[in-house]
Amino acid sequence: MTSDHSRPHPGRTPAIDPESPPIQLDDLRYQVDSKVVLDGVNLTVHRGEIVAIMGRTGCGKTTLLRLVIGLVRPTSGAVRIHGIDLSSLSERQLDELRTGMGLVFQGAALFDSMTVFDNVAFALVEHRRMDRREVAGRVEELLKMVDMAGSEGLMPAQLSGGMRKRVAVARALALQPSIMLYDEPTAGLDPISAAALDDLIRSLRDRVGVTSLVVSHDLDSLRRISDRAALLHGGRFLAVGPMAQLQRDSNPAVRQFLAGSPDGPLTEGTRY
Amino acid sequence: MVRSVGRQVISAVGFVGDQVLLFVSALGYIARGRTGLRRTIQQMAVAGTDSLPIVAVTLLFVGMAWGWQTASYMVRVGATGYFGGGTAVAIARELGPALCGVVVAARVGSAYAAELGTMTVTEQTDALRALGVSPVFYLVVPRLIACVVMLPLLTTVADAAGIFGAFMLSMRFGISPGEYLASVQRWLSPEDVYGGIAKAAVFGLLLALVGCRQGLRTTGGAAGVGRATISAVVLSIVFIYAANLLMTIILFRH
Repeated sequence: MTSDHSRPHPGRTPAIDPESPPIQLDDLRYQVDSKVVLDGVNLTVHRGEIVAIMGRTGCGKTTLLRLVIGLVRPTSGAVRIHGIDLSSLSERQLDELRTGMGLVFQGAALFDSMTVFDNVAFALVEHRRMDRREVAGRVEELLKMVDMAGSEGLMPAQLSGGMRKRVAVARALALQPSIMLYDEPTAGLDPISAAALDDLIRSLRDRVGVTSLVVSHDLDSLRRISDRAALLHGGRFLAVGPMAQLQRDSNPAVRQFLAGSPDGPLTEGTRY
Repeated sequence: MVRSVGRQVISAVGFVGDQVLLFVSALGYIARGRTGLRRTIQQMAVAGTDSLPIVAVTLLFVGMAWGWQTASYMVRVGATGYFGGGTAVAIARELGPALCGVVVAARVGSAYAAELGTMTVTEQTDALRALGVSPVFYLVVPRLIACVVMLPLLTTVADAAGIFGAFMLSMRFGISPGEYLASVQRWLSPEDVYGGIAKAAVFGLLLALVGCRQGLRTTGGAAGVGRATISAVVLSIVFIYAANLLMTIILFRH
């Protein structure tokens, strides 16, 4: 009988390969019952890159983010984070790997029984041996970063949608992750806050090389921050490249999406 | 018809399998000493201290009703010397743990399903996972330990309340306090009390597991949370009665 050396140690996450791309999706397929959500998605995101995922509502963009952070497992294909295939990890190892990633949920998903302070401090308290003063200092710094200084004592129910989203960004950044996933980060934000968040995403890339995957419908924002963008439709990427290149793409579906036109191949047989 | 029965069987097997997996997963954290002490103490207060009044009042009234029903018969047949003992044994073995389990299932198991269900449908449990914290460790383990530890303590208080309730009514039928207490001392054995406490610990485990499982598997928004809460209470009560019968047969073989 041969021993299986490729099998990870039950309690320890396999070592990260610094040479491997932070995010790599290989022929990713995801199906719920008979509905195929993703049907062979391939994408490599390099260190420090900001890649935008665009697509019509319900096309599987959020599912893609959930697959990247391992909240759902793919039907087939692989998600590799720094070269580690997530399907080879136990739930405990995934938890460990996720401490190097941050996800900003579309609806913020703040812990509604905790204050803003406790939400932002959550990961620090659970994963870092920091005293209360250090935690308070770090929370203050994070809240300042998202323009929410002074909101520590508020409950999520007392915040507007945009404020919640900004607190969710601060919470996701608490452990200084090397990979950030944003699901509609600027939805519900006023133009000034949205631009400030764009600046934050870019500065995280410029200052510490954070790799970001941004799901958004805000094309102006994506033009400002993304190095590349990918248009998801029918479970696959129709086009991947810099926004400027996509603007010149000859594919009528890409042109329709970027023009925001109600008529075209993306809406054939689906208009109500 | 066959297909429907098949679906029910698969669903039941899936449910039991889910409970076992949840239990094993929680046990894994407990075995490694990862219990979240502060959260566990908070949950002990919710499951134990806060449940104490309703459990005590329930058993007090049940004990009184029991006394009303049986004391007069005992007096009539001249068996007053058995009344205190019979009451204490029935409460310690059966009524105390079973009713305590049912009351806590309704009060606490339903709250677990509603709280965890709301967290699930609002993606808060996914947020926990995204932050590298297992919902089983953070949410289930403290609740499981709290119920397993507090149910036996609550049952002990419930037993005392029930025995006292019967005692209050027995005096009305001419059974003296001395005779009642002597009968309790004569017939109630430590095994009766320990058996009831063991039952309570198992009921605590069952109601916590069912409540948490139903909560974590909630789908379908607010209506889904409602369904999860109802099913948690119904399933917990059914499991408690079934486990009660099984443990009675195993523990009290005479």
